[in-house]
Amino acid sequence: MNTIGQDIPRRDGHAKVTGTATYAYETPADNAAYCALLQATIAKGQVTEIDITDALALPGVLTILTPGDVQKLTPVENTELHVLQDNEIAYRGQIIGAVIADTSDIARHAVELVHFTYHVDEHDSAYSPDRDDLYTPDKLVTGAPADTSTGDVDAAMRTATHTVDHVYSTATNHNNPMEPHATTALWQDDTLILWDSTQGVHAVRTTLAEVLDLRPDQVRVICPYVGGGFGAKGEPHAPVVIAALAARALPGRPIRLALTRAQMFVLVGYRTPTTQHTRVAADDTGRLTAIAIAATGQTARIREYVEHAGAATRMMYAAPNRATSHRVAALDVAVPTWMRAPGECPGMFGPEVAIDELADALGIDPIDLRVANEPDVDPESGNPFSSRNLVACLRQGADRFGWADRAPRRDGDWLVGTGVAAAVFPAFTMRATAAIRYDQGRYTVEIGAADLGTGAWTVLPQIAADALEVPLDQVDVGIGDTSYPYASTAGGSTGTATWGSAVLAAVETFRDKFGTDPNDGDEAEGTHDQGPFNEQYATYAFGAQFAEVRVHADTAEIRVPRLLGVFAAGRIINPRTARSQFIGGMTMGLSMALHENSELDPRFGHVMNHDFAGYHIASCADATDVRAFWIDEEDPHVNPLGAKGIGEIGIVGTAAAIVNAAHHATGVRVRDLPLTLDKLLPGLP
Amino acid sequence: MAPAGYRRGVETAITTRVDGTTRTTRVDTRTTLLDLLRERLGNTSPKKGCDHGQCGACTVLLDGRRVLACLTLAVTTHDHDVTTADGLAPDGDLHPVQQAFLDNDAFQCGYCTPGQVCSAVGALAELAQGHPSHAGDITADPEPTRAEIAERMSGNLCRCGAYTNIITAVEQAARG
Ligand code: FES
Ligand code: FES
Repeated sequence: MNTIGQDIPRRDGHAKVTGTATYAYETPADNAAYCALLQATIAKGQVTEIDITDALALPGVLTILTPGDVQKLTPVENTELHVLQDNEIAYRGQIIGAVIADTSDIARHAVELVHFTYHVDEHDSAYSPDRDDLYTPDKLVTGAPADTSTGDVDAAMRTATHTVDHVYSTATNHNNPMEPHATTALWQDDTLILWDSTQGVHAVRTTLAEVLDLRPDQVRVICPYVGGGFGAKGEPHAPVVIAALAARALPGRPIRLALTRAQMFVLVGYRTPTTQHTRVAADDTGRLTAIAIAATGQTARIREYVEHAGAATRMMYAAPNRATSHRVAALDVAVPTWMRAPGECPGMFGPEVAIDELADALGIDPIDLRVANEPDVDPESGNPFSSRNLVACLRQGADRFGWADRAPRRDGDWLVGTGVAAAVFPAFTMRATAAIRYDQGRYTVEIGAADLGTGAWTVLPQIAADALEVPLDQVDVGIGDTSYPYASTAGGSTGTATWGSAVLAAVETFRDKFGTDPNDGDEAEGTHDQGPFNEQYATYAFGAQFAEVRVHADTAEIRVPRLLGVFAAGRIINPRTARSQFIGGMTMGLSMALHENSELDPRFGHVMNHDFAGYHIASCADATDVRAFWIDEEDPHVNPLGAKGIGEIGIVGTAAAIVNAAHHATGVRVRDLPLTLDKLLPGLP
Repeated sequence: MAPAGYRRGVETAITTRVDGTTRTTRVDTRTTLLDLLRERLGNTSPKKGCDHGQCGACTVLLDGRRVLACLTLAVTTHDHDVTTADGLAPDGDLHPVQQAFLDNDAFQCGYCTPGQVCSAVGALAELAQGHPSHAGDITADPEPTRAEIAERMSGNLCRCGAYTNIITAVEQAARG
């Protein structure tokens, strides 16, 4: 009867392999109109004149939205949503208008016929860790302080027998889900319906209702399928507000708006570059005496988002002297946001390469070095870990990967090496409510959750079926609609743990009320709302990443023929969808390691390589053998379900493992991502 | 700058067979096959990931050969056969490639998947016809090895990172 832990095929699989699953833009609608965005071609200044005469004269153009000519929006914390309120331009590519037309061809054509005149102000878009205007944020997005310090790192660095003191850096990365952000919007009978590509329908409803000055019950958001998000669809961004304004301008007419790939590089967030001054000190046995990271990054002048790259260093390893800090430059650039494993993903690059450098200097195996520095309790809070199976992941991974006898070798023209890095991601939950209804022998679970490809359509029925003690095929599920009970956004690896715990609560209420022999129409709700489920514990998932790297001895071409990860992430609900999430994260980590680098031209303030020809992501031939395993882990302290969340940890540590393997193969230590051949070539033997 | 009217689009009537059904439409001559399918004919099986021929999400079969629908002008498909991933499963009966994608969980969000499926069908046909690739000995008959499949499927990006499973799925389909 237990379906949790079983390999259950995806319920939405048939629809996805045939392409009949309908994403936001594809919502069937009669007489749709098409919206195309107008964007600023300067990085800072004001629109002084707009000429829409030619565009309006084009047959098929219905209306054009321009700055100051739309509804007054309610100011909210997320300032990027205040579209078209005035003539100010805060970054290049900002939305300064929209054309709505009968066809997408006409809309795009009309965009070319709108003429803007600007007053240009001097802009400043160049990030550097050496800027003299870096500031300390009030706190991190997690609520934690920007800086922490225990003991005396400087003194420990001076007296230690072995130290590593280097600057590591990660590049700007853009989330780039394959489905560009899209909305179909309809304003009818004083109600707004948004079929929106989002990680959280309720978050979109709450925010849009506030911005548009509507009651929440006047806004319905629907999103059965999401073509990936990786954080970029975690919060509503400016385009969905435009779609809503366009719908209001043309009542009764469905409006379709999809971003172009180039617009994905400016309007929906990104991971900022980080600079990580990392220091570690150790005695002869490899025991750390100090660990420190000073992280620097950038944010947008119009809205603060700070990548918390120093967070993982606070809890990862034992050391009496410790320090972390965050500094940030506010620039005339697009607004950054969450990208898969924000904080931990970039933040486990510098330190995990530094640990490898220390192991090298000490002549200690990097796995043994990590094991030697396992903390007994969370170094930051002093609380015990609810479970911490990093050592088991490292040991099991070493066995599976074939870590022993890892001497670098030469295979023809190729230099071959192996590398390892640790992974971590916090385990927490948010708030959600689930409803369960019984009708004619079947149970239906309803919850406003999202399935980004993560498997919610499939795993939520598993959780419900087991709790109800009924066969899986008697359970239906509805997600992705604000007409279902409130659910938290799919983010922070909290989805399954939060929604699943809500389902458990709903089943409990249902059984309490109606027993095991319910009548048709019986219905109950249950809520999970225990952010820190148990504050006496530090709750994290852990993992170990192993990489084999081959570097061509003449050209420095880099290949990663094998990636292997072992994770300890609590209870795994569905091994099939879980494995896909882990390997998906690892593959994105490989992509970050070898390819991804958004190049900003400070003269113009925009990302130059804003398409897949210029912004490379891993392709099929890059990732031919990526394997994921996990430790069976029971953790009653994280949440009622015992699941820690797996969407993000797969990307953490991957880049460090690859860089460490490249060093093992070649002897060349690269400290800034991406690891491209030009950085290896000069140092090759 | 010429007046707007001067640059207005030109329309023409075309007849295309889409997933076995003959469809006659008037299209703007600038319209791509992808927009024709998605925005005029209501067939949203092929996806738009870039509109620039860089991602493969829009891959369909044109007279059996894989093409990028976003780089194909609709008017050039007049009198031709277009097959989407939906058309590969008439009456819902999955094509062996689609079944292999399901069996191997070769996707997550599913947005790249119809393109991957069409691309795999095209790639297997090319292999069977002996088309060479960079991954193998171009003088020998190519075999559907993992390296060959990975090479031939590299025009289809998957941000969910399902590549390892995609290769396994295509291997399974190649075994028949
Ligand atoms: S949409 Fe055609 S290749 Fe990307
Ligand atoms: S399955 Fe999501 S992009 Fe491939």
